[in-house]
Amino acid sequence: MNYNWDWSVFFKSTGIGSEIYLDWFITGLGWTVALSLSSWVIALLLGTVLGVMRTLPGRFAARFATVYVELFRNVPLLVQLFVWYFLVPDWLPEKLELWFKQDLHPATSAFISVTVCLGLFTAARVCEQVRTGIQALPRGQAMAAYALGLRLPQVYRKVLLPQAFRIIIPPLTSEFLNVFKNSSVASLIGLMELLAQTKQTAEFTANLFEAFTLATVIYFVLNMALMLIMRGVEKRVRVPGLIALGGK
Amino acid sequence: MDFTQIVNAFPSLGDGLLLTLELTVLAVIGGVVIGTLLALARLSNSRVLSWLAGFYVNYFRSIPLLLVITWFYFVVPFMVGWVTGTNQPIGAFTSCLIAFMMFEAAYFCEIVRAGIQSISKGQVNAAYALGMTYGQAMRLVVLPLAFRKMTPLLLQQSIILFQDTSLVYAVGLMDFLNVARSQGDITGELHTFLLFAGLVYFVISFGASTLVKRLQKRLTV
Repeated sequence: MNYNWDWSVFFKSTGIGSEIYLDWFITGLGWTVALSLSSWVIALLLGTVLGVMRTLPGRFAARFATVYVELFRNVPLLVQLFVWYFLVPDWLPEKLELWFKQDLHPATSAFISVTVCLGLFTAARVCEQVRTGIQALPRGQAMAAYALGLRLPQVYRKVLLPQAFRIIIPPLTSEFLNVFKNSSVASLIGLMELLAQTKQTAEFTANLFEAFTLATVIYFVLNMALMLIMRGVEKRVRVPGLIALGGK
Repeated sequence: MDFTQIVNAFPSLGDGLLLTLELTVLAVIGGVVIGTLLALARLSNSRVLSWLAGFYVNYFRSIPLLLVITWFYFVVPFMVGWVTGTNQPIGAFTSCLIAFMMFEAAYFCEIVRAGIQSISKGQVNAAYALGMTYGQAMRLVVLPLAFRKMTPLLLQQSIILFQDTSLVYAVGLMDFLNVARSQGDITGELHTFLLFAGLVYFVISFGASTLVKRLQKRLTV
């Protein structure tokens, strides 16, 4: 098989306006970053609430959170995405359904579906990390807080959560990196994020080795950079005396 | 919801599920074998080997599985062509299987490495004292002990792999999810079929991980 290597392909015109292929990658990366960040916000907020629920004394809250975690962890991400993209819009009230299907730009509705899907999917994982973090704290922490007269919400907000989050920075970092990587499933419902742009470039130019290599390098470099940054952050905010608990 | 359509589609859904399971089992076997070799390389005294294995693991862990699947689908036929000099298509199943084996090997490697490192030094020293070579000590003493410890983790990772096989949708392989989706499209019952697919995945994964948890309790010494 013959293959024509051409690394200058990224600077060639796509034939659409004055765009070059590199522009496609930049647009794609923009979507990927936007997707990752917005899903992460949902995942972190919901995951924290669920994680706290799993450690509450009340039976009902804990059970609800457990069911949530099992449900979202045992169904493949792609199935969940199809449900959010193909099924859920049909269940909306009629006006909302029409707005979602007809008024919104296709890219926007796909973006919303993926964001909600990834956010809820990752929340189940964040929940488990938050729970582990809270349970890793010595029991005396909560007891001391109660003894000082704090009420339950205050105990969590002022004593347990701030410490728990400092412990679970490493696993949370890898969850964020997972969101970043998982956002590539958006390409399967037609959102032009990094992977979809790569595929398109490969198909347009027939320079598939170059296109996929560039995508790989982008993912690899961003991943490594984030990991190094978070390692630094973790060191700076480490809870003195609790080092042995970190990292798991 | 029309469940008769699902019953009618049972033969093709069964074929899809079979393909999913086949892919999972083969990828787990390949992944564990490559992963174990990588772990041995990572822990070896040779700087070069250990750096190479470390790079392999970091590399595959920082790119999305979907990217690897797509990459391999396009690229593996070229590679095979260059190596063998022929122009034979190799098919989506083979390229996906290779992608899964190589990708999951990075994750299995980390599990095996942790397993090996959890074996006490005394075991290795005793093996050497008995006159065993490095290969014998690994094969007869360390790996059997380590694998017993890490079986639950390896199985958990295999369940994740089982769920991830649904991503072969990207290259058009007719796995369980893809069959369910296309049957849903044909019959106009996409809702029913997708929910059914989700239910099947849930039952298998949840059932398997419950079993693994039970096994974990029995294996802990």
